[in-house]
Amino acid sequence: MGIYLPIAEMSVNMVVLLAMGGAVGFLSGMFGVGGGFLVTPLLIFYNIPPAIAVATGANQVIASSFSGALAHFKRGTLDMKLGGVLLTGGVVGSSIGIYVFAYLRSLGQLDLIVSLLYVAFLGAVGGLMLVESVRAIRRAKGGQAATLRRPGQHNWIHRLPLKMRFRASKIFVSVIPVLGLGAIIGFLASIMGVGGGFIMVPALIYLLKVPTNVVIGTSLFQIIFVAAFTTVVHSTANQTVDVVLAFLLMVGGVAGAQYGARVGQKLRGEQLRALLAVLVLAVALRLAFDLFVRPASLYSLATGAV
Amino acid sequence: MLLPRALLLLLVTALAGKAHAQEPVDEGIQIGLSTDRVSITADFAGANLTIFGALESVDPLISRQGRYDVVVVLEGPPRTVVVRKKTRVLGMWINTQSVVFRDVPASYSVAMTRQPQDITTSANYRRLALRTENVHLQPLDPEENASTLAEFTAALRARKEARGLYVEYAGGVQFLSRTLFRATLRLAPNVPVGTHRARAFLFRNGVFVEETSAALTIRKAGLEQRIFEYAHEESFLYGLAAVFVAIVTGWLGRLVFRKE
Repeated sequence: MGIYLPIAEMSVNMVVLLAMGGAVGFLSGMFGVGGGFLVTPLLIFYNIPPAIAVATGANQVIASSFSGALAHFKRGTLDMKLGGVLLTGGVVGSSIGIYVFAYLRSLGQLDLIVSLLYVAFLGAVGGLMLVESVRAIRRAKGGQAATLRRPGQHNWIHRLPLKMRFRASKIFVSVIPVLGLGAIIGFLASIMGVGGGFIMVPALIYLLKVPTNVVIGTSLFQIIFVAAFTTVVHSTANQTVDVVLAFLLMVGGVAGAQYGARVGQKLRGEQLRALLAVLVLAVALRLAFDLFVRPASLYSLATGAV
Repeated sequence: MLLPRALLLLLVTALAGKAHAQEPVDEGIQIGLSTDRVSITADFAGANLTIFGALESVDPLISRQGRYDVVVVLEGPPRTVVVRKKTRVLGMWINTQSVVFRDVPASYSVAMTRQPQDITTSANYRRLALRTENVHLQPLDPEENASTLAEFTAALRARKEARGLYVEYAGGVQFLSRTLFRATLRLAPNVPVGTHRARAFLFRNGVFVEETSAALTIRKAGLEQRIFEYAHEESFLYGLAAVFVAIVTGWLGRLVFRKE
């Protein structure tokens, strides 16, 4: 069933997009991640121009994050104040990202940088997760109880000035690393079209020592706003948000997430992480493959203003 | 002696005049579009565009011999196009060179009564800037290196042909009667929106006689058009709307599935 995308200016198969959204939603529900890092590469594999894939990916991330954050908000596992500070950094990072995005696009290097960033981040995160989860599975087989990594008392981050107390997270840290982390996530959100949960969650746990129970909610909370900001700015500066495409992905995604969450509860944590790691690595490899293999045509066309 | 000679001269002049009058110089060609606008709907997967036309003051003899030929061209709106070339850098294929062309027809489809080489010579096609190989492509920078330009011009044409935007159909124009013809042009699913120009060229015995043109607007229909315009004209509000759609979808999704 064909549908015409008004911004991408192409006809695509509606069922494929719904299925794509559903599959990503299923995985994101299963693993508790936003799924933005899967949506953008999948759209690129489906021949959607990378500029549109990135901006539309950011739009789609809002829906899944909002859905998830609602649940955390009701349970109270969400630190508004921490999210707010992260968000301030995020808005700055995202604004810089949009400029870089437009500049790279005019140079004709956007596709390359998007692919390289994905290969680097997905490769690193996927690799680390795989090593960690394989170790955990071995330990579990060896009969030892998996020991939770105990957060250290203090690290260099706690010596920075401008300290602020975040009651819900029970931490007292400098706002500098919080703003910095927010800015990095915002920057990646605008260039890669991701929510950034896959970097935010480990950073909050290991760097800022935020209790695990508030991490996901807080991360989702701030992603909603950074993704919303990114969507509006991409739309204003580059006109690359395709709302029809985003809507199809959202519908599939929201539905898929519910089933994913149910399956996720039946699987064991380390097995789940190993599966996700393999998936992330596969996407990274596929993107890297496209960079190194001689393209079918060496020439490409870009229409519009120079 | 003088008189008959003058008479002869007069006679020759008269004959010449008569022969001149017999030369069918006043053939004409007219075309009419079945519609002056084509709308692209949500399920648009390409369409056939039919153009009807008629020849005027045809010479019955030439017509019987089938020596009238018609070439119909549908040319898309002019756009600025950047052609980029990838080369291998550190094992990766990266865009390294580019040439900008201006006023490149976004699409160019040709329908003809028969094989192009049977209609007229390639020199004639070149002179009329007719057929995909003769589409006028000029660089934004006139100082561009000649060999680079030749390479990128060929690449631009090849990419447009590969996407089905520059196409030719021999036999796409059929005569329905001695004077009436019908041209069928295929609009690709990715046909560019905007004002297209339809032109018809008439050839007699391989000689170009006359040209006529008509405009055709291709636009997105209803909702698609509104979304596109809104995104480009009110892009800030469009962005806010996109965020709103996402939030409502996320919220509804939660409501619907929690009840199950």
